[in-house]
Amino acid sequence: MSQIPPQVETLIDLMARLPGLGPRSARRVVLTLIQKRGKLMVPLAEAMAAVAREARECVQCGNIATATLCPICQSEKRATGQLCVVEDVADLWAMERGRAFSGRYHVLGGTLSALDSIGPEELGIPRLAERVRAEGITEVILALAATVDGQTTAHYIADALEGSGASVTSLAQGVPVGGELDYLDDGTITAALKARKAL
Amino acid sequence: MSGPPASGPGLSRLAVTSLALAQVRSHRKLSLEFDGRPVAIYGPNGAGKTNLLEAVSLLSPGRGLRRAAPEEIGRRAAGVGWRVVAEIDSLGHAHEVETGAEPGSPRTVRIDGKAAPQVALGRLARVVWLVPAMDRLWTEAAEGRRRFLDRMTMSFEPGHGDAVLAYEKAMRERNRLLKDEVRDPAWYGALEGRMAEAGARIAAHRAAALARVAAAQAGAATTFPAADLALTGPEGAEPAATESGLAEALAAGRVRDMAAGRTLAGPHRADLTAVYAAKGVPAAQCSTGEQKALLLSLVLANARALAQDFGAPPLLLLDEVAAHLDAGRRAALYDEVCALGAQAWLTGTGRELFAGLEGRAQFLSVTEAGGDSAVKEEA
Ligand SMILES: Nc1ncnc2c1ncn2[C@@H]1O[C@H](COP(=O)(O)OP(=O)(O)OP(=O)(O)O)[C@@H](O)[C@H]1O
Ligand SMILES: [Mg+2]
Ligand SMILES: [Zn+2]
Repeated sequence: MSQIPPQVETLIDLMARLPGLGPRSARRVVLTLIQKRGKLMVPLAEAMAAVAREARECVQCGNIATATLCPICQSEKRATGQLCVVEDVADLWAMERGRAFSGRYHVLGGTLSALDSIGPEELGIPRLAERVRAEGITEVILALAATVDGQTTAHYIADALEGSGASVTSLAQGVPVGGELDYLDDGTITAALKARKAL
Repeated sequence: MSGPPASGPGLSRLAVTSLALAQVRSHRKLSLEFDGRPVAIYGPNGAGKTNLLEAVSLLSPGRGLRRAAPEEIGRRAAGVGWRVVAEIDSLGHAHEVETGAEPGSPRTVRIDGKAAPQVALGRLARVVWLVPAMDRLWTEAAEGRRRFLDRMTMSFEPGHGDAVLAYEKAMRERNRLLKDEVRDPAWYGALEGRMAEAGARIAAHRAAALARVAAAQAGAATTFPAADLALTGPEGAEPAATESGLAEALAAGRVRDMAAGRTLAGPHRADLTAVYAAKGVPAAQCSTGEQKALLLSLVLANARALAQDFGAPPLLLLDEVAAHLDAGRRAALYDEVCALGAQAWLTGTGRELFAGLEGRAQFLSVTEAGGDSAVKEEA
């Protein structure tokens, strides 16, 4: 039945594993790429190869970087004493789009979940506590989802930071239940940041 | 929208005015119109009557009156997902509700063409039901009574379902810590905080619902027996109801809970007890017919209270309700439903069971051939 060459089939299968794409949209994407080989496909392949070669995690905050430290961690201007804790890099990018936050970040890479075997160690929470002390952080802003997992993680971190000298605040819960930062528009993030409150 | 309001003034009416089903269980395709009066549905066993009621129950948040997963609801042969589209006349406003699921996907809801969370259905409609599976409610495990109580509570406070889900999610996490014998007090503390927050909301919603039903029973002219309801815990005592009380109880119970491998105290262990008020006899010791009458009495009280709180009586789904009732109680039920002005959806195997509703209800006959249901409106 299949008239599709095996290399193309492989590409479709890989594409279909991307978030937001299923087999049908993967076929459409690959077809578009092939039709726009010079303008789209070759530059895309080169960009992907470059990112695959150079992208890595910032050793300090977990952001995506091309050096040991990401630009935010390198910039002295961002050493404001504020540290924003997010679940993943997409949330960090969302905060940056909002341009309302001028401090640094800490990316957890998930939320606490006993059922998924994700504990405090897996999230680097002990490392976060060290960072708060070492960098003289005065305020830790928890920008975590209003879900059970998100809020459990927030309260766990608040507990772990007790006695660190930093105040712990949480984004205002104008955030819809289960809503994640990445889905919010910039204005909403800015408002939630302004209206943050002590946890 | 369609036809004049048949039951009471439009501003205090809640009625499904049209219902279209696609691939819902035995109903391949179906489109019906309603005038707001009670709907009596009759036909042989297996015809598709309860399936029709289930479709209406999906106009409220949750899994409907069979507690079915979305993939069970789709027609077996089709495997293309299912859809219920209803026009609802709610307190003088017409709304279109569409709900359904694609294969392998959760149920989605659209209200007036816009995607909405399930809990938003509560703004438009309240749905209360009684199904034969509840007949042994008073004699079986506490779980069924708790579910009955939570359904009732959700009819007053649609957000109750979210509180229950949040509580259960945090509890499952805590139970895993207990089973794995994790000893991180901060982790327990964080989870117990979520449980206490949701648990206090659960307790408050339940208490408010019980008070509303008790008040609605007290003032009512009804032939159905009143029930005295009470909430108890697993050890008989009423469970801790405040957020701080619950958090303390959970923290204090960690050692005991770890030995058991699960959480032993909290609103998830609550039980609902009922006493046949006039006789002073616990519901579990009443006759089958008396137990059914008690349940009906509670459902009707629930409906009367909602008529005040929501502004209109709820959609009442009464599956096989005639079965355990003598002719006198049956007639009384129909009179009360009509007096309430509720769009009640009743099922039974034959039209004669609904003789008392002739002239003041719509009649649907349901038949089945080759696994497909056919529904016909009868004069
Ligand atoms: N997912 C499904 N796909 C197709 N048919 C289904 C599905 N689920 C249930 N059915 C069938 O629907 C038929 C009608 O069920 P329903 O419970 O509505 O009958 P009923 O008219 O209420 O009968 P009774 O009088 O016995 O209660 C049953 O034969 C059942 O097998
Ligand atoms: Mg049935
Ligand atoms: Zn960094």
